[in-house]
Amino acid sequence: MADESGSVLELQGITKRYPGIVADDHVDFDLRRGEVHALLGENGAGKSTLMNILYGLTKPDEGEILVGGKHVSFSSAKDAIESGIGMVHQHFMLIPVMTVAENIVLGVEPVRDGVLLDERGAEERVRELSQQFGLAVDPTALVSSITVGQQQRVEILKALYRGAEILILDEPTAVLTPQEAGELFAIVRSLQADGKSIIFITHKLNEVLEIADRITVLRRGKRIDTVSRQGATEEGLARMMVGREVLLRVDKAPASPTDVALDVKDLEVVDERDLEKVRGVSFSVRRGEIVAIAGVDGNGQTELVEAITGLRRIASGTVAVGGRAFEGHVTPRMMIDAGIGHIPEDRHRRGLVLEFNLAENIALHDYDKPPDSKRGWLYPARLVQRAARLIKEFDIRGGGPLTLARALSGGNQQKVVVAREVARNPVVLIAAQPTRGLDVGAIEYVHRRLVAERDAGRAILLVSLELDEVLSLADRILVMYEGRIVGEHAAGAGEEEIGLEMLGGRKEAA
Amino acid sequence: MSEQATPSANVPPEQEPSTDFVVRLGVAQRAGGLVVPVLTAVLAFLAGGIVVAATGHNPLTAYRGIWDGAGFNWIFHIPWNTNTVNLDAFNLSQTLLTTTTLILVGLAVAFPFRCGLFNIGGQGQYLVGLIVANWVGVSFASWPTLPHVLLGIGAAAFAGAAWAGIAGFLKAATGAHEVISTIMLNWIAIWGGQYLFGQGGPLQNTYNPAAPESGTVVQSAHIPVFWGNPVLQGLDYGIFVAIAALVVFWLILNRTTLGYEVRAVGFNPEAAAYGGINVRRKYIQAMAISGAFAGLAGALDMLGYLFQFGVLDVQASQIGFLGIAVALLGRNTAVGTGIAAFLFGGLLYGTTRGLNPSVFDPSLAGNLTSMIQGLIVLFVGADVFVLYIWNSRRKLRPRRRAEAAAA
Repeated sequence: MADESGSVLELQGITKRYPGIVADDHVDFDLRRGEVHALLGENGAGKSTLMNILYGLTKPDEGEILVGGKHVSFSSAKDAIESGIGMVHQHFMLIPVMTVAENIVLGVEPVRDGVLLDERGAEERVRELSQQFGLAVDPTALVSSITVGQQQRVEILKALYRGAEILILDEPTAVLTPQEAGELFAIVRSLQADGKSIIFITHKLNEVLEIADRITVLRRGKRIDTVSRQGATEEGLARMMVGREVLLRVDKAPASPTDVALDVKDLEVVDERDLEKVRGVSFSVRRGEIVAIAGVDGNGQTELVEAITGLRRIASGTVAVGGRAFEGHVTPRMMIDAGIGHIPEDRHRRGLVLEFNLAENIALHDYDKPPDSKRGWLYPARLVQRAARLIKEFDIRGGGPLTLARALSGGNQQKVVVAREVARNPVVLIAAQPTRGLDVGAIEYVHRRLVAERDAGRAILLVSLELDEVLSLADRILVMYEGRIVGEHAAGAGEEEIGLEMLGGRKEAA
Repeated sequence: MSEQATPSANVPPEQEPSTDFVVRLGVAQRAGGLVVPVLTAVLAFLAGGIVVAATGHNPLTAYRGIWDGAGFNWIFHIPWNTNTVNLDAFNLSQTLLTTTTLILVGLAVAFPFRCGLFNIGGQGQYLVGLIVANWVGVSFASWPTLPHVLLGIGAAAFAGAAWAGIAGFLKAATGAHEVISTIMLNWIAIWGGQYLFGQGGPLQNTYNPAAPESGTVVQSAHIPVFWGNPVLQGLDYGIFVAIAALVVFWLILNRTTLGYEVRAVGFNPEAAAYGGINVRRKYIQAMAISGAFAGLAGALDMLGYLFQFGVLDVQASQIGFLGIAVALLGRNTAVGTGIAAFLFGGLLYGTTRGLNPSVFDPSLAGNLTSMIQGLIVLFVGADVFVLYIWNSRRKLRPRRRAEAAAA
């Protein structure tokens, strides 16, 4: 077992305080040679702070770091790299206009004739490394031209090129498609087989159980426990993370749909480059049911939602909301007034004005109507009143009506969006990846809320890249592939069949 | 149990320290935090002082000379002698006259800034207002004062709005960047003014065909003077119009749906569009309102004390550009713009005509103004840097204490 080789890394009693908060409170952590050790915790549990300390980006207030049994003190990432620690950040730090090889050797370039970059040598070295660890990537390709999954491999290669024995992967699957995530796991196993030790930071329970040897759970800056994968369950880990029982399965009664609220007919939508993204889609959603659109990212789901919500022109076909049909040029205002509520897929880009306070954010659709305003005059006190009510009703924590949206955690930001969209009492609620980037507690909240809104008689269209989410929430499932609906299933359909359709592998109907 | 039920409340942002820094920056900018602008101004004056010292002068004497030249010393001579035969009082009245213009050209930059637009065209919009006000002021000679002045002011504001609105429209319709189009509109205004006031131009004076100058605004279109001698360029009621404009600016932004829309677009145009706001229309409206402020500045100058403008004046005029520094230093807020305009008004007058030449060489002083102006723009643009200095001061403190305790 890995025990024999001992710990390659040990953190003892690491404590980091920020004004008004202890980010890490005497956290112990150890990493054995050749092991994958998952660091599990909700957003804000102190995972990133701990890893920033380990990578020399932040200094701890208390505690010791031991690498290979020796005390070390890092004052910059350079020190950490020299001790054999490599980190792959959630947001990649690559230069898009340079090639893969150039990015990898950046800062430690091989030179020839004293001054010139030895490009051939760099490419050769990168090729060797990628073969050794099964990280397929073309060294001569421009970073801007490769996929996100490949960019991540470049980041891993960058760390390996610098001689990393310990790799920190910070939320590595957050940006990946399910296929890419599978490939990443294969890479991690191959690195492990080669004797590298890996710290895998995540808040996704299924990943932890799939890849980790041991699991350390952090909650609110404290280490709750370190357990081995054998015997660990999703429920048990969730309880440790959140500090209470969490319902991972969504509890819901069978749907009792009534009349059609959203009716999409022969919808075609094009993107900025005039490429057809939605190719003749027809479906309807009735009040009291959740219809989910499953599919791999980039198969037209985004454009479909944008057309239904008025953010993108309808190239042809119609979208009918509560009996009113729309076609051609639509505006968000028209669709909002027709009764569409929209939880957008990117709450930072679209869902919130981060520099606005919560009261202003909650008023985003209604600021121009009484009671918020009258004849162009705005009544901020009324915005605040409503926000205070919704903050209470939707259990939004971390701030009041005058708090800037930016200051809230991701889960609470999403609650603000949900509160705003639901409180307007829409006929149709469109939820596009409503749990993206949220932790278990917040996901549970959003799921329960969507089911509650369904039961209250709303028509709900859920668009999600997470098949688990689709399967647990939907009353009907539509599978989207290359701009078309390629399959329709009732709740309880088989995961495999849907998964196959998502990849375009459906047998042609006779 | 209640503690356990709050999994994600009251936790710091994950990406320390960058998020933390951005938050603070955002808060400082939004709350009109005093730290950055004050520090910016102090740094600029310090740097200016170093240059003065390098030229072999005493910076304190120089700044004292500018202070007196701006008439700021009058404020501390109690009881106040309001008679402008008194030089200090006169200087202050002149500083306030400049402040009037600066408030409005400052607002002309600040308002579109809040909508995410950078209006470099304040100078052109100011000139358009000036020209229209001159035309109205020279014409309609039989009108009584009040309607005549109001017509002049209204027409100039409208013309300024239309002028800036062109840039807003181009942005909305074609995506043309407002910085480029407002700069080009400036040149059109400058050359247009030279043509209109020049020899044979439609607005050239009728009494001296050799002089490339406008006609003189008739008495009925003069804005009445309330402090000082009207013949000696006393302070007119225009300053109250400028102060009212500050109030209007604040009201529009914070108490109207238009202001809400403008701020939403300024912070995040995509979220604004998602919310149902017509972003393109906001660009046009924000630019038009901005141009109205600048046009108003031109009208108040023309009807308040200039009364006449020549081709050479058109070429030499720069005050519209100073609005950028005023708005930046004022953090694009109403109060900030008012204070920054007063500071720059004093600086502008106190280093030129107000300055006692025996105290400090006026040619050097004039350059000092440009330098401080430039440094402020530079520092405000680098407010990340200024905040960094401010933050490291905070970080140093506990460390020093810890070291002291260890010793």
